Amino acid sequence: MSLTTAAPQLHAEALTIGYEQRVISENLNVRIPEGKFTVIVGPNACGKSTLLRALARLIKPRSGQVLLDGKSVTSLPAKELARRLGLLPQSSIAPDGITVADLVARGRYPHQKLLRQWSVEDESAVAEAMEATGVSALSGRLVDELSGGQRQRVWVAMVLAQQTPLMLLDEPTTFLDIAHQIELLELFRELNLDKGHTLVAVLHDLNHASRYADHIIAMKDGVVVAEGAPRRRHHRVLGGGSVRDGLQNHR
Amino acid sequence: MSRLDPGKRVDFGRPVAVVRNRSLSLRLDIRSMLVCIPLLLAALAVAVVSLATGDYEVSVQQVLQAFTGDAPGLAQTIVMEWRLPRVLAALVFGAALGMSGGIFQSMTRNPLGSPDIIGFNTGAYTGALIVMLTVGGSYAGVAAGALVGGVLTALAVYLLAYRRGSQGFRLIIVGIGISAMLAALNHWLILQAELEAALAAAVWGAGSLNGITWEQAAPAAVVVVVVGLATLVVARRMQLLEMGDDAARALGVRAEPTRLLLLILGVALTAAVTAVAGPIAFVALAAPQLARRLTRSAGITLLPSAVMGAFLLVSSDLAAQRLFAPIQLPVGVVTVCIGGIYLVWLLAREARKS
Repeated sequence: MSLTTAAPQLHAEALTIGYEQRVISENLNVRIPEGKFTVIVGPNACGKSTLLRALARLIKPRSGQVLLDGKSVTSLPAKELARRLGLLPQSSIAPDGITVADLVARGRYPHQKLLRQWSVEDESAVAEAMEATGVSALSGRLVDELSGGQRQRVWVAMVLAQQTPLMLLDEPTTFLDIAHQIELLELFRELNLDKGHTLVAVLHDLNHASRYADHIIAMKDGVVVAEGAPRRRHHRVLGGGSVRDGLQNHR
Repeated sequence: MSRLDPGKRVDFGRPVAVVRNRSLSLRLDIRSMLVCIPLLLAALAVAVVSLATGDYEVSVQQVLQAFTGDAPGLAQTIVMEWRLPRVLAALVFGAALGMSGGIFQSMTRNPLGSPDIIGFNTGAYTGALIVMLTVGGSYAGVAAGALVGGVLTALAVYLLAYRRGSQGFRLIIVGIGISAMLAALNHWLILQAELEAALAAAVWGAGSLNGITWEQAAPAAVVVVVVGLATLVVARRMQLLEMGDDAARALGVRAEPTRLLLLILGVALTAAVTAVAGPIAFVALAAPQLARRLTRSAGITLLPSAVMGAFLLVSSDLAAQRLFAPIQLPVGVVTVCIGGIYLVWLLAREARKS
């Protein structure tokens, strides 16, 4: 897969975000390293998904902004943004009776026009996305009939077919058994290393995070409490300190 | 990874035809076409039968001649002036109702979502009743009353159901509530009215194509065709919204504006029909689901819904004219019977599934 644009820069500047009356995070500054696999971890209700949703412009910040290659994401047309930034939401609904290929093909929407709905590029992007996620053999099957792990791979394939240099994943491993969780994390690692996607995932499990991520953003009570590479700075970031204990105690 | 063999086609689990040239690339579902084309031909065949039969029999050959203006004098007038407006209205209005139902079912992700359910028809009836019982029943006045009543009701339901975006199920629940209140108001209005006015109101309320003329059918048909084409343009965004707001927005669909646009298009399609013919029940409810079961498509598809709606309404109207001839039933009575059978079947099926 060719990602023609240079590795994208995504960062949040002085971001204040929340829902209705409730403020979740105030004055957040986050930089997503280009070309890396970043994981946002933290206990339940620490604001990690909220941050991800703000990065994906699914919620509008109270103040501050999210910048993609120096431009505010709210200033970009929705379809153009969708060609540069993909998102796997926490929950999506597969329409009744949809087949795997049909669902994956929907990821091509931002590249399509009214009379250009199934170009050669669309077809090869869909085929490649299914190949990369290992669902090619399921292509003609109904999504309803798949196992949870297979279904999640199909959703990943849909985001992959979108061919965005940047992919945000909101708790992609929740509700999966441990074997499928590992399988999926391995897939993300591959997508990052082999295909050069910049990935940002929200995960619950700190062990998974430190094993697979290049960069960890640890959050608690709406604040970024630690940030950095898990292996090189293992001790400073996560070892023995209060962050790890705090996170573990919460779970 | 190596480039894929360009000749290799993605397997969709169902036959598809791919059309590609310099300015166009489309993926067509074969099964949908195999359903739509015969269904359309069947609808047209029923239309020809409707044009040919009745108190004055016209041969099929004369019907076809009438289209080119070559039929004998009386047959020409009967086909083109008396019968064609009604038959055309049945086809076009049926398609409009089918599409409108498809929009609402897709938006609410619920086979029971339809303009009838969210209160549009009841509201239109209220508007029409108020006009009939206060200023009298001129055709244009009643149509205007129905339009205003229906649109205001839809607006009220949308606003009452709105909380950080409008969610499908809330639309249905609020719609049912508003409908029930308006239905009570309608009953009260009819009970208050003079006998004659009440009878006229009751006939309008059933939904009827009796005595429809070109002056009434033509403007509504133009509105339906224009709005229908606009709806087909939005159809892809509608399908993406079925996957949930987050998934749709991640793909570059602006969820709430799209939903509002769909609501307006759906209401406009129903409004154009209701203003002319009164609230014709159940076509909007049944057509998209019947089409979906025949095409086995993923989610709602609007074109098959439209063709199914056209077939249902033109057939129902033929039945309404002929079943108890010379008594002419309002077509709404027939669609209610068909719809009732359909609804019982649907509910029984869903109950057995769960």
